[in-house]
Amino acid sequence: MDYLDELESKSIYIIREAYVQFRKIAVLWSIGKDSTTLLWLVRKAFYDQIPFPVMHIDTSFKFKEIYEYRDSKAKEWGLKLLIARNEAALADGMGPKKSKLDCCTELKTNALKMAIDKHKFKALLLGIRRDEHGIRAKERVFSPRNQDFEWDYKNQPPELWDQYKSRQSDEDHIRVHPMLHWTELDIWEYVRREKIPIVPLYFAKNGMRLRSIGCETCCNPVESQADTTDKIVEELKTTHTAERAGRAQDKESAYIMQKLRSLGYM
Amino acid sequence: MGEHLRFVIVGHVDHGKSTLIGRLFYDTDSLPEEKLEEIRKTCEELGRDIEFGFVMDHLEEERTQGITIDTAQTFFKTAKRHYVIIDAPGHKEFIKNMVTGASQAEAALLIVDANEGVQEQTKRHAYILGMLGLDQVIVVLNKMDQVEYSQKRFEEVKKDILTFLTSLGITPTFVIPICAKDGDNVAKRSTNMPWYKGLTVLEGLDTFKILEPDLMKPLRFPIQDVYKIKDKRILVGRVEAGRVHQGDSIVFLPQGTKSTVKSVEILWSDRTEAGAGECIGITLADPLFIERGSVGCPADDKPVVTSSIKANVFWMSKRPYVAGDDIHLRLATQEMPVNITVEKKINSSTLEDISEKPDEVRETEVAQMMIQMKQPIVVDDFNRIQELGRFVLVRDLDVVAGGIITHTQH
Repeated sequence: MDYLDELESKSIYIIREAYVQFRKIAVLWSIGKDSTTLLWLVRKAFYDQIPFPVMHIDTSFKFKEIYEYRDSKAKEWGLKLLIARNEAALADGMGPKKSKLDCCTELKTNALKMAIDKHKFKALLLGIRRDEHGIRAKERVFSPRNQDFEWDYKNQPPELWDQYKSRQSDEDHIRVHPMLHWTELDIWEYVRREKIPIVPLYFAKNGMRLRSIGCETCCNPVESQADTTDKIVEELKTTHTAERAGRAQDKESAYIMQKLRSLGYM
Repeated sequence: MGEHLRFVIVGHVDHGKSTLIGRLFYDTDSLPEEKLEEIRKTCEELGRDIEFGFVMDHLEEERTQGITIDTAQTFFKTAKRHYVIIDAPGHKEFIKNMVTGASQAEAALLIVDANEGVQEQTKRHAYILGMLGLDQVIVVLNKMDQVEYSQKRFEEVKKDILTFLTSLGITPTFVIPICAKDGDNVAKRSTNMPWYKGLTVLEGLDTFKILEPDLMKPLRFPIQDVYKIKDKRILVGRVEAGRVHQGDSIVFLPQGTKSTVKSVEILWSDRTEAGAGECIGITLADPLFIERGSVGCPADDKPVVTSSIKANVFWMSKRPYVAGDDIHLRLATQEMPVNITVEKKINSSTLEDISEKPDEVRETEVAQMMIQMKQPIVVDDFNRIQELGRFVLVRDLDVVAGGIITHTQH
């Protein structure tokens, strides 16, 4: 086994463990590189017959490439696609012109909350990684959220030898993070090896590319000439810029990511 | 791609774990400029000098109070290879977070303040390292600047910690005098301690081995789940030890049913074998009823099937164990209710016998337990196949303790 095989195997173990523990689960697919890699691993874990839905939290402010890619791959891969939107907040005019904290909370966190209520999911698979953000570095593989969706980050369950927290009655759901141990570079090396199709926004055009993708309104491209997977791998080996440097919602104040996450943000 | 070594930094509160991590990042040029800038800004807002500990201490409470609450993991690299650093909190009240971090490491740095010397959590953390079976350990004696870089003081504290570690059966590979704040003997040799001729921390880490799954051991394949894919019944799981090939005879314990491996199932692959560490599926030549928890193994080298074990158990829940609690045991993919008899208890820091109240086991206490199952369990000697020699205890769906089997049957 080489290093990528190890990362893959560890993720597949967690994915299968989430399904056997909870059965009623879904995988979140933002269409970015991480969750698309997660989806690839989920396909591998279940022999390309994913026994649960693939959920896209749609803020309606995503890039058009995201929607095109989503619909074409969902069809090609035979996914049970669920699209979750907070229609009430959108009708009220919620959008990125309001505060970032409110917009992310309404259109992402609350949209997710409503979808979980509706479908009664006991656990969700998410493609977050420890190296993305200092707060995410603190996460557990199985991370409980209470009914109000809050993350009790000061009192997380112990986790050892791949034995994870099960659900308790007063907890709304468990966030399962099968890719915590991957880095941004690992993702791209795996994408290259597996030839995973990735949405074109990551590849440089006119000297700019996106390194981390969210809503069109809150993502800034970085300068880059990397227009192929090979070039992205090379770029990441030498870069000194943080991956989420272009993500506006992380920047409003020092602990906004912690606040967003304690309220249930991904 | 290169190798990755996972190591944990442990030690008493304020002995400098987070500072050492920050220094390792800084000296290996692994900090993104933006992160350094963010730390600089936060420190300015808090009105203090730049604090390298903030590389890992990211929670608001951690930064304002200057403590580490939870374990975190991050990455850096040397010329030789990549590293995953696992930070572990030093406060006794966050011990479960320390165990969570340490259980994922293959090497450890135990940090001791040269001025304060060996303290309560120094010993407790060392005990946990020993219990987890970590044998690649570096001891660093930090804050040498506060003892005027004294070789005499270094030798004193070194003697103390070595005496304690020896009593636990741990032999550290290196003992290194450092000053994490200024970087002495971390990545660069210190000019303040010319009497020290050994390796720097980074050089020491570079000598450690990455633990590889052992393919030479007998097969252990605990069934994780069973999938019906088209007309196939696929038994999925992770090969915990050894190898499995198409055509192998295989026995499932505890039932003892036998069959032959008809195929190895890996999506988009035509491989017919797999080894330790791989998550795979297999199909069998016979239509056996096998469920999660069964362990596949070779007929001539089977694990132990027993209904009672003895174990050392480290209690991690704030709520003590009380005789009569409803406890489940989870070992690999097996789970079952158990009855517990506490035979002895020790303080995991002082190692004193505290058996006078055996009906209760409190957080951070270690109990020697006799554990009885109502149904048979499949186990191995921890020293031979760790994956089947360790377990967790669960109460009300919370993991409350970790245990290492000391006797597979009595």
